[in-house]
Amino acid sequence: MQDTKRIMGVIEKKGVDFPKSLVNEIVDATKRHDLTGKELGKLLDEIKKAYERAKVEDGEAVGTVAAQSVGEPGTQMTMRTFHYAGVAELNVTLGLPRLIEIVDARKKISTPTMAIYFQEDYRTDEEFIRKIANKIGKITMKDILKDFNINYAEMNVVVELDDDKINDKRLEFDDIIKKIEKAFKRVQINKNILSFEPPTPNIRELRLLADKVRDLQISGVKNIGKVVISKEGEEWVIHTEGSNLGAVLKMKGIDRIRTTTNDIYEIERVLGIEAARNAIIKEAQSTMDEQGLTVDVRHIMLVADMMTADGSVKSIGRHGVSGEKASVLARASFEETGKHLLRASIRGEIDHLSGIIENIIIGQPIPLGTGSVGVIMKPRK
Amino acid sequence: MKGILKKISQINFGLMSPEDIRKMSVTKIVTPDTYDEDGYPIEAGLMDPRLGVIDPGLKCRTCGSKGGDCQGHFGSINLARPVIHVGFADTIHKTLRSTCRSCGRVLLDNNEIKNYHEKIEKMFKNEESVNNLIKEIYTVARKDKCPHCEEEQEDIKIDKPVSIVEGNYKLTPSEVRERLEKIPDEDSLILGVNPKVARPEWTILTVLPVPPVTVRPSITLETGERSEDDLTHKLVDILRINQRLKENMEAGAPQLIVEDLWELLQYHVTTYFDNEASGVPPARHRSGRPLKTLAQRLKGKEGRFRSNLSGKRVNFSARTVISPDPNLSINEVGVPEIIAKEVTVPVYVTEWNMEEIKKYIQNGPKVHPGANYVIRPDERKIRIYEETKDTVIEKLEPGFIVERHLKDGDIVLFNRQPSLHRMSMMAHEVKVLPYKTFRLNLCVCPPYNADFDGDEMNMHVFQTEESRAEAKSLMRVQEHILSPRFGGPIIGGIHDHISGAYLLTREGSIFREEEIFQMLKHAKVPLPKKTGKNWTGKQLFSLLLPDDLNVVYRAEICRKCDECLKKECKNDSYVVIEDGVLKSGVIDDKAYGAFSGKILDHIVKEYGTDRAREFLDSATKLAIAGIMKKGFTTSTNDEEIPQEARERIEELLDKAESRVERLIEAYKNDELEPLPGRSMEETLEMKIMQVLGEARDKSGEIAEIYFGMENHAVIMAVTGARGSMLNLTQIAACVGQQSVRGGRIKRGYSERTLPHFQKGELGARARGFVHSSYKQGLDPLEFFFHAMGGREGLVDTAIRTAQSGYMQRRLVNALQDLSVNPDRTVRDNRGIIIQTMYGEDGVDPAKSDYGKVVDLDRIIEEIRIKSSK
Repeated sequence: MQDTKRIMGVIEKKGVDFPKSLVNEIVDATKRHDLTGKELGKLLDEIKKAYERAKVEDGEAVGTVAAQSVGEPGTQMTMRTFHYAGVAELNVTLGLPRLIEIVDARKKISTPTMAIYFQEDYRTDEEFIRKIANKIGKITMKDILKDFNINYAEMNVVVELDDDKINDKRLEFDDIIKKIEKAFKRVQINKNILSFEPPTPNIRELRLLADKVRDLQISGVKNIGKVVISKEGEEWVIHTEGSNLGAVLKMKGIDRIRTTTNDIYEIERVLGIEAARNAIIKEAQSTMDEQGLTVDVRHIMLVADMMTADGSVKSIGRHGVSGEKASVLARASFEETGKHLLRASIRGEIDHLSGIIENIIIGQPIPLGTGSVGVIMKPRK
Repeated sequence: MKGILKKISQINFGLMSPEDIRKMSVTKIVTPDTYDEDGYPIEAGLMDPRLGVIDPGLKCRTCGSKGGDCQGHFGSINLARPVIHVGFADTIHKTLRSTCRSCGRVLLDNNEIKNYHEKIEKMFKNEESVNNLIKEIYTVARKDKCPHCEEEQEDIKIDKPVSIVEGNYKLTPSEVRERLEKIPDEDSLILGVNPKVARPEWTILTVLPVPPVTVRPSITLETGERSEDDLTHKLVDILRINQRLKENMEAGAPQLIVEDLWELLQYHVTTYFDNEASGVPPARHRSGRPLKTLAQRLKGKEGRFRSNLSGKRVNFSARTVISPDPNLSINEVGVPEIIAKEVTVPVYVTEWNMEEIKKYIQNGPKVHPGANYVIRPDERKIRIYEETKDTVIEKLEPGFIVERHLKDGDIVLFNRQPSLHRMSMMAHEVKVLPYKTFRLNLCVCPPYNADFDGDEMNMHVFQTEESRAEAKSLMRVQEHILSPRFGGPIIGGIHDHISGAYLLTREGSIFREEEIFQMLKHAKVPLPKKTGKNWTGKQLFSLLLPDDLNVVYRAEICRKCDECLKKECKNDSYVVIEDGVLKSGVIDDKAYGAFSGKILDHIVKEYGTDRAREFLDSATKLAIAGIMKKGFTTSTNDEEIPQEARERIEELLDKAESRVERLIEAYKNDELEPLPGRSMEETLEMKIMQVLGEARDKSGEIAEIYFGMENHAVIMAVTGARGSMLNLTQIAACVGQQSVRGGRIKRGYSERTLPHFQKGELGARARGFVHSSYKQGLDPLEFFFHAMGGREGLVDTAIRTAQSGYMQRRLVNALQDLSVNPDRTVRDNRGIIIQTMYGEDGVDPAKSDYGKVVDLDRIIEEIRIKSSK
């Protein structure tokens, strides 16, 4: 800690304005190499030079570069939707389809999944984790049955609950019975043997009843299906199919910092827009990394910032960012040409021609890069 | 040159009132015909000469300018009955629904009106989008009783595309118009119709503007027949029906007939605006082809906006097939002489270049460094002919502009589609060469993603000094060695450059001094002093490196051993460069290959792009010289493995197959332990895939035993020049499992892939495992499965290109207006801040070291070395 302060002090004395991430790096490197004060001074001089050199230039078309850098590797990505990533047991959308999904800001993503971590005290407690896993994961009647019979003669469905399975799943027998009684009116309970009767005694009703009994949800969080428990190093982690961040974060023992979902919309709802921005960056970056493609974070950040700039996650496309542009010509030249022109005419919109496309359309230099500077001349009298 | 350039500051959009249209009109159009028998345009017809001229030479009757200069003039048609404009049908419906049927006020009380009014005024002032607010008003302003006149309201529905129905009564456009007229200005603003530029009733047409002939030129076919534009056809239809409607009305025809004609007129006007409107059968040409009317002209990829306004065709460009030329610098492009004589550079004649330019004119348009045109100060353009060139030279004065041929050293823009990133368009220096293809250095293939199987590329010649200067400092190839995507090199050695460098620098590669000098000469590197001793390849390569370069890294051939022996590496894969001398390690893809070249990366970042270009040019040439000295070839002989190995592989595959059989057995007997969260079938499939995958890898390992580093195919695979060990395995040992949709092949006949198998058979062969190697050849069944897998790959690629192309278009469109402001914020064109500091640290990835400002460890090391000296 002391070191850190000392280094910060030196940096401050030098009167340089480094971004935070760079300062942290310098602190780390100083400690790693055990730099003397003199060396640190020299290092800072060098870094200052390098930083000045590496800074973005004014007027740089960072947007276009970011879009190209994110889009170009798209051609090299695989199309195969599913891949067994992380845990072998769960399917996750990857590659180009996933990237498109992120950029589209879909409300319903194709494979939502969560990674649930636990607080320090519970991390290694397998019993506790299994209990939680069963609370979260969807368990239906058919998972805890020993025997299932449709009796056409007596017009009822007879099932036998399996104590072993119930114990294995860490469920309470009484809770199950309560759930069953709540769901079915005409049920007779005799210890482990339950018999259900249809409201009207005919075969069709009986069969419907059988399905209903089998699929009755005993426990689980809404929108979450299968759960998989796995061990990562020392600690236990739960991966889920389906996602419900709000409900899971409220549970006891959950590490609220590391537990995440891949559903960006849900993160926006539960944790807010900054979290959603970070989620977009994280998801896009990991999609790229997984395909072995390197894209600088700054490009992805810019995409994420553009999507979240006005406080809600907007998609990249006609329903989001592009559809809300100020310029009529820019919107018309993207998609839905007619709609935008007609609307502009009754609204009396004014196009100030400040963007790129507008200026290309009317044949003027674009206000980016070398086109962003003008010359002001004082006329000699 | 062309006087002061004016800047357009804004474009206002608005609706035209019937008066505007009449005022603008130069003539009323009444006759539905175009030309009379003699081929002259009919007065008051659709080709009325007052609408403008197209033929050059004729003078316009309205404005007096010549054809080509006259932009045309609108005419108008007085419609016998008003009709609805399709594009506004929805707005009309919503407006009617939200206004009173008798007094025309919005169905909101005065307070609400005031509120919304203020809100909208404010939003207009701030130039915010009012769409959402207006949508809200449309839903809020629906009451059963008018708050202003207490009139009971009826439900108004829209019957697509243009019928508006109140209750059970279909309103005629005239009635609709009457109602819209009653809406006061203040209320129309709330309904989204800005009274400053539009009135609701103007969405109902009473007079139709007729576009000038320049918009719908007729084409004369070779047979002499005249073929009219689609718009003209449509206008003829409108005029014809309009005429009939008028006659019938005047004759007092029954209401029913008038209504039918009115409807027909509505149909024609509808399709005149938009021939793809839902609910209307598209109007067709005689041949059955749907007509291309106004909306279709603007819309979509081939529409006006995307293909003529956002992208424009240009002069001074050329396109031809590309081919490689390793003797060019990466900055250069070989341009065929034929092209060089066609595309020109305008040069201002001054006292100082007079003589030079006279020489060009003397050469004329047919001899290479010649000239094609002379532009006089009065902007007259004079073509240079053999016969006239002497007189042109005589008249030449400073101030003239001469369009001279392209010559060596000119800067041109070079491009290959698809232009996915900025490196797809780079500036090159021209080198005029014989033959008919563009020639380029092989190192620039990766950024363009070009190969030479028939690829074509485009070249553009800059026409102004500013553009040339900009291109030279910003767009030249050497400025793009580092990719902005990840801050590493994207231009670099490929294929033989890599194998060549490896052959040169590997252990035991020793040359006589003459050989060394030959190669250096080939690489155009200045020769060192003679030593009279033999040289190693490493010494040779060191000559190209900057004198104070220090790099340490692991080469591509590194086997990633558990414990790195560093300099003592058996494979010579630990590369150490000290003070510009290659001490150990071989040069391969990691050294100066595209995407991963470490040495190249260091040179660009520390010595600048000029030095990097120099290094790349000489290193690739040296590598080529080296590969030619050593000789390099590959054939299927490289994948030959002895009989003994073949037998071992077969044995291995048999074992794998029996393991698969055992798994299937276990599955059938329900003895298989399912993986958590997976069904039995899925578990089986996963396990089988795993077993077979392992089998293929192991068979590859057996084959690899016989592949030494003397094997050229192996050299290519290991150094990263081309191909992979997997490719070699598949050729030599076993092709492995074919997959469709990420799993084994399972479709085809019912419950089996082919009739050669039992129903429900799950074995390796029955599900597309290919035992054979490519070299042995596939049996018919294997071949079929292989084709299935191959086809999936092709389809996949085709779909992927379309999808990623669209994604990129959206991304670019959404982000293109962003730029860095002088205060280091990133803003869009409205001035809205997107980032307060670009990328959180203000560092340009293209100038960064793989995303970092600097490699701290490296700098620290350098400081220590310097201080220890």
